[in-house]
Amino acid sequence: MNAAASPDDMLIRIRGLTTVLSGKKVFDALDMDIPRGKVTAIMGPSGTGKTTLLKHITGQMRGDAGQITVDGRNVPELSREALYELREKIGYLFQNSALLTDYDVFENVAFPLRQHTKLPEVLIRNLVLTKLQAVGLRGAAQLMPSELSGGMARRVALARAIVFDPMLILYDEPFVGIDPIALNQVLKLIRTLNETLGITSVLVAHELDAIKHVADHIFLIANGKVVAQGDPKTIADDGSPWTRQFFGGEADGPVPFQYPAGDYAEALGFPRGGA
Amino acid sequence: MNARMANDNVVTQALGQIGSCGLFLLQILAAIPRSLRYGRETVRQLWFVGAMSLTIIMTCGLFVGMVLELQLYHVLSMFGSTSMSGTVVAIATYRELGPVVTALLFAGRAGTAITAEIGLMRATDQIAAMELMAVDPLAYVAAPRFLAGLVAMPLLCCVFCALAVFGGHLVGVSWLGIDNGTFWSNMTATVDVWQDIISGVIWKSLAFGAVVALIAVFQGYTAPPTSEGVAYATTRTVVASSIAILALDFVLTAFLM
Ligand SMILES: Nc1ncnc2c1ncn2[C@@H]1O[C@H](COP(=O)(O)OP(=O)(O)OP(=O)(O)O)[C@@H](O)[C@H]1O
Ligand SMILES: [Mg+2]
Repeated sequence: MNAAASPDDMLIRIRGLTTVLSGKKVFDALDMDIPRGKVTAIMGPSGTGKTTLLKHITGQMRGDAGQITVDGRNVPELSREALYELREKIGYLFQNSALLTDYDVFENVAFPLRQHTKLPEVLIRNLVLTKLQAVGLRGAAQLMPSELSGGMARRVALARAIVFDPMLILYDEPFVGIDPIALNQVLKLIRTLNETLGITSVLVAHELDAIKHVADHIFLIANGKVVAQGDPKTIADDGSPWTRQFFGGEADGPVPFQYPAGDYAEALGFPRGGA
Repeated sequence: MNARMANDNVVTQALGQIGSCGLFLLQILAAIPRSLRYGRETVRQLWFVGAMSLTIIMTCGLFVGMVLELQLYHVLSMFGSTSMSGTVVAIATYRELGPVVTALLFAGRAGTAITAEIGLMRATDQIAAMELMAVDPLAYVAAPRFLAGLVAMPLLCCVFCALAVFGGHLVGVSWLGIDNGTFWSNMTATVDVWQDIISGVIWKSLAFGAVVALIAVFQGYTAPPTSEGVAYATTRTVVASSIAILALDFVLTAFLM
């Protein structure tokens, strides 16, 4: 990014991240800077490692090489205590909601508050109901996770991720399975959190139209590297083959549609070069 | 777990599992001080593994006592000492059948539930979600269940023994006509508090509770996050617990008594 930016402007800095999973190089000396107080979107073909990247940022996974600093601390080297201290300031929306099935919606959203604060019950109640109202599910507070639809569960998970007003929120595909009405509310919510509380947001998503409304900056990753980045309004027509293929949805281009595989004809049992 | 690494040998695999299980025990023990904050969770688990197992423990205790008395009555009547049958029921239950059968039932009733629950929590990312909310799942999920098993087993074992003696009394006194006074006085005169109750009921069931709870939590925690993985882990809990209980029973009996 901008070389003149002071180090403090960047909440997350990734340098030379290299990770090999089951023999596949998921990241290959990846560099990325995520600015503080902004909404940053990470896009890329399915299976390029967007979820894996978020897992690296939160220290759930460690790379084989490279540095990841979040708020000045090098995540792979943190002790368990220091890592947990950092995580208290990070909200995380799982790709599959991951609600605690033992507790109802209210208790799920209240869970981080109950674990890390000694707030009086009245205050917890107010905070939780405010967040549930923001995602349109105040009325569902007493339902169990098994009684929710997929889209509702994601909104509850979203409320849980933001209940603490964390310093950083990582959203893994927040728009999947959410209807257009709720989508608008969620977009507004992400924007408001960012503007009023200055919360840094990182979102992984595939919906360029939605991202245009909220993101300040987009990274496109493919083949283990950042292949394009820039302003959401203009990135699609920056002329590079990567963005042309990705945003144009073409099968041919630098991003392979196929997961690496052997020869197709051979796999189907056809003789080589035969007709 | 690296159990799948190079060797498919059953013996090395089993030894590897025992080793990982031992390391896991150390992790749980280290997490216990941190889990004290979650006292409510421990009490909730105590309710799940303890109170919910009461019905099966009580029913089985009653029947074990009844059948034991019935068998002993017929054997002892050959020697004219049927009045001692209650005493033998009590001693056999306190020393062996109480702790062992309670532990086997506990593994089937509570151990499987613990394994399946934790395994599913991992498969649905609930464990990862806790880690990300800066809540240590070892302290919040593993340790409370381990402690609950440790506390519940001796209590359940006492209930089992009480019901077994009651069952023996039911058959011996009410049905077969042994004198009530003789039944009790022989028993109280022969049963030794230290030998039979403390080192039998209490020590053994504490040890079995620890072993079953450890295996159940360990299997759930390390189960592959798939439906097949959780299913196998649940089975392994029962198999490994049963073997461990009976083997440990032999060792404890040899050393304690
Ligand atoms: N635990 C794991 N072990 C081995 N390989 C893994 C593991 N987790 C992910 N991978 C591999 O890493 C790559 C990236 O996976 P990841 O889930 O990060 O993709 P993604 O970009 O989030 O995709 P999507 O958009 O579909 O969610 C995939 O090729 C996957 O096969
Ligand atoms: Mg993903």
